[in-house]
Amino acid sequence: MANSVEIRGLSRAFDGNTVLHDLDLDLREGEFVALLGHSGCGKSTLLRILAGLDGEIGGEVTVPVRRSAAFQSPRLLPWLKVWRNVVLGLPGRPDRALAAKALDEVGIADRAGVWPKTLSGGQAQRVSLARALVREPELLLLDEPFGALDALTRGKVQQLVAELWQSHGCAVLLVTHDVEEALLLADRVLVMDGGRIAHELTVDLPRPRDLTTPDFVSLRARLLGWLGVTRTLEGTPS
Amino acid sequence: MTTESLKAAVPAPQAAPTAGRVTIRGTVRQGRRPAVPRSVRRAAGPVGLVLLWFLASATGVLPESVLASPVDVLRQAVDLTKDGELPRAIAASGRRAAIGFLIGATVALVLSLLAGLFRLGEDVIDSSMGMFRAIPWVGLIPLFIVWFGIEETPKIALVALGVTYPLYFNIYGGIRSTDAQLVEAARMMGLGRLGLVMYVILPSALPGALVGLRYALSTAWLALVFAEQINADAGLGYLMSNAQQYFRTDVIVLCLVVYALLGLACDFAVRILSRRLLTWRANFEGEA
Repeated sequence: MANSVEIRGLSRAFDGNTVLHDLDLDLREGEFVALLGHSGCGKSTLLRILAGLDGEIGGEVTVPVRRSAAFQSPRLLPWLKVWRNVVLGLPGRPDRALAAKALDEVGIADRAGVWPKTLSGGQAQRVSLARALVREPELLLLDEPFGALDALTRGKVQQLVAELWQSHGCAVLLVTHDVEEALLLADRVLVMDGGRIAHELTVDLPRPRDLTTPDFVSLRARLLGWLGVTRTLEGTPS
Repeated sequence: MTTESLKAAVPAPQAAPTAGRVTIRGTVRQGRRPAVPRSVRRAAGPVGLVLLWFLASATGVLPESVLASPVDVLRQAVDLTKDGELPRAIAASGRRAAIGFLIGATVALVLSLLAGLFRLGEDVIDSSMGMFRAIPWVGLIPLFIVWFGIEETPKIALVALGVTYPLYFNIYGGIRSTDAQLVEAARMMGLGRLGLVMYVILPSALPGALVGLRYALSTAWLALVFAEQINADAGLGYLMSNAQQYFRTDVIVLCLVVYALLGLACDFAVRILSRRLLTWRANFEGEA
């Protein structure tokens, strides 16, 4: 399949402090890639560059024109009703029917006419996903979109993202620091360290994935090992 | 010795409140005492003060040469309204305030947009505004008289000047406090420069702008009081300086009350406007 994203020799420095070192990476069309790594490893910087929010780079990056993003905080404009937030920035008059369709897809069609302040964290994140997907992106960038959600809500929204990805068929780059989340969702997991892609793992598990299967558990152990996290503390229930 | 006195100053460490229980009492009223409506509670203070003033005048504690009684002030209000002098004065003053405000607000809006949206504008305008603000604007009255004479122009100019600063600084501050994350998200969603200004930057400057508007309106009336001391031949200030010549404290107080009421009316209008424009905000609204 053709590539959706091609990154060649990408580097980025902040005040002489190199965050990305000569990075090469391809994302295929429709591929779900998770980017794992510790804080400060450069994963969010990479995502911002792909989003076009950071242009002070060395090297070359080719991305689809139609791309959108959802962030850790939903970043809804508080002075626009939910549905207006969804269609913000689309050409032409705000199309309420289009917004309603997108909101229906994320399961909160009934909240279209309210102010963002009345939404719960999970609902706001769903609106943020609807806003990203209503643009029919070829590349969807997700920057820890589940990070601020409670565990129960997180599971539901992860499930939703998996479904949306399958119905839209866009390439997804998910930045996360949650190993299980990466393994539940991604075709391929990249581990970043010190501005480079240190490890790469193709996840061949059948979907929907079950985090209790031995295959899953062994992949998780590998990723945790790469990240330098050991879970062999005595007395810690597994 | 020193250690001992130190010891006395520092309270003894209290035992952590681990033991015992507390009862959390419900605050829901159970119909024992009918709650006083808030509007009544709010009115109680001012009404009480006027009552006190009336009593002080009626008993002669407060002589009329110092401050006229509220009854006299009220009588003056009726008389001056009947012969049309008060309405004419209010119209003349209101006109000055309105024109001055409009000029000042326009200048403030243009300058704050230029300084808020463009870095060049910031460099050129903001430092100058900071410098000018350090000059007390009331002190410019003599200069304004030299420049503009003693007709309407210096009065309107003074109001405009007083209005410009609070509006400028609040709108500029509002624009600059726009959440960079929202700007980023909006740009990601395809908003251009104009769209960013319309949908992100101006709405987020709105709360600050409304605060500035409240300050500006109260400053407008204040500036008017000063300005109308300059050779006025109409308006509330003229009424006041005339009254001063004849020691008519009742008229002076009446004019002060009218100034206050006009200021309150403006404030009320801005509060209504704020409530309508800022419904999207989730704010703490005070405890009952």
